[in-house]
Amino acid sequence: MKIIVDRSACTGLGICESLAPNCFEVDDAGDLILLTETVSEEDLEGVRQAIEGCPTEALRLES
Amino acid sequence: MSGRRLVVVGASLAGLRAVEAARKSGFDGSVVLIGAEPHLPYDRPPLSKAFLDGADLPAFRTEEVLRDELGVRLALGAPATALDTAARVVRAGEREFGYDALVIATGAAARTLPGTGGLTGVHTLRTRDDALAVRSALDDGARTVVVGAGFIGSEVASAARKRGLDVTIVEALPTPLVRAVGAAMGRACAALHARNGTTLRCGTGVAAVEGDGRVERVRLTDGTVLPADLVVAGIGAVPATGWLAGAGLPLDDGVVCDETLFTGVPGVYAAGDVARWHNPAFGRPMRLEHWTSAAEQGAVAARNALDPANAKPYSTVPYFWSDWYDSRIQFVGVPAAEEVRVVDGDPGGHRFVALYREGDRLAGALTLNGQPQIMKYRALIMRGASWADGLEFADRRRAALKTA
Repeated sequence: MKIIVDRSACTGLGICESLAPNCFEVDDAGDLILLTETVSEEDLEGVRQAIEGCPTEALRLES
Repeated sequence: MSGRRLVVVGASLAGLRAVEAARKSGFDGSVVLIGAEPHLPYDRPPLSKAFLDGADLPAFRTEEVLRDELGVRLALGAPATALDTAARVVRAGEREFGYDALVIATGAAARTLPGTGGLTGVHTLRTRDDALAVRSALDDGARTVVVGAGFIGSEVASAARKRGLDVTIVEALPTPLVRAVGAAMGRACAALHARNGTTLRCGTGVAAVEGDGRVERVRLTDGTVLPADLVVAGIGAVPATGWLAGAGLPLDDGVVCDETLFTGVPGVYAAGDVARWHNPAFGRPMRLEHWTSAAEQGAVAARNALDPANAKPYSTVPYFWSDWYDSRIQFVGVPAAEEVRVVDGDPGGHRFVALYREGDRLAGALTLNGQPQIMKYRALIMRGASWADGLEFADRRRAALKTA
């Protein structure tokens, strides 16, 4: 599973980082960076929560 | 599970997430979504932010998705008026909806300024219709008075200033945002107003809002008179529980719930701004008016209502954000302030990080333009980090940034 970020929607609120810190981080410029593109089994639940928890619906998973 | 009936009262974020979670969990019974407003569920944070600047506000989901994909029967445009927990029926005016599982997500209603009912140009900002009226007044170049220097009021003032309009905020208390972030940090946030050309008058109340049919001026308790074409009241919200009078639910500034969002009345759960639930992360009851908790609670409440035997607690580190001018304020945790310490940046400047201590625990963090940092503190608070852990983390970050 790959994480896709809609850059036009993301505003760097960072809720995803608190739910799946292995996959998401807001960098020092305030932009979201993906720490990994491919999600491990162990991080999947956190990433799913991050997708649901994104106020701008900027995240999705693609198989 | 077929043949069972889920009714969700409240068609905003928590209500939408409730119906979506119900279907995701495999529930194939009937689902009714009751909403007071005529609109399909929409997102509220943009109403006081991008929407005021002119952005569109699409509904969360189209009517087709709600009706056909999610199989939701929409009952929009009339609020629920009564709940009979013995008969398991929700009434909305003349209509009745029987339920096996019920999620109450009626949110909160904006407090209004007393004695302004007959005047046009006086608004609260809670609904899409409110925001449209405020935006259209800003489009007309309104001289704007905002009552209340909280987050909504401050965002409205920001929107007015972005258009170069004159705007004054009137705040009854000597310091804004004390309950939300504490006195010192309230002052630090409020300093943004002066830096961006908004007049902020603290410690003075509104004596009268006057005009002939439409608002013309605001008279303050200190005698000042402010000319105004638009008055926006951002003076808080009260949980929408009026319709539950006599229903036998425990009410105390919201619908009182346990840690699984259960009200104690069979089949009845609550979510979002209306719910006062026991948050295990802090071991105390809380009622939050935040996007994140509304979304998450909606989903948890529906899953628990449909499968009470396996009900799961909802535990969270509260999070909210607010956009003022070109700055973003973010807060995680609780503002219980035995001590607030600025660990990075300058509270008088463009960027800072402040930590909140409760006992020897890291209880909260506030950032101004600290997007790279705030969620790292949320993760620490989720893990139950100590105050010392929080300070040490801040030290490490400062050191890393210096050498970077």
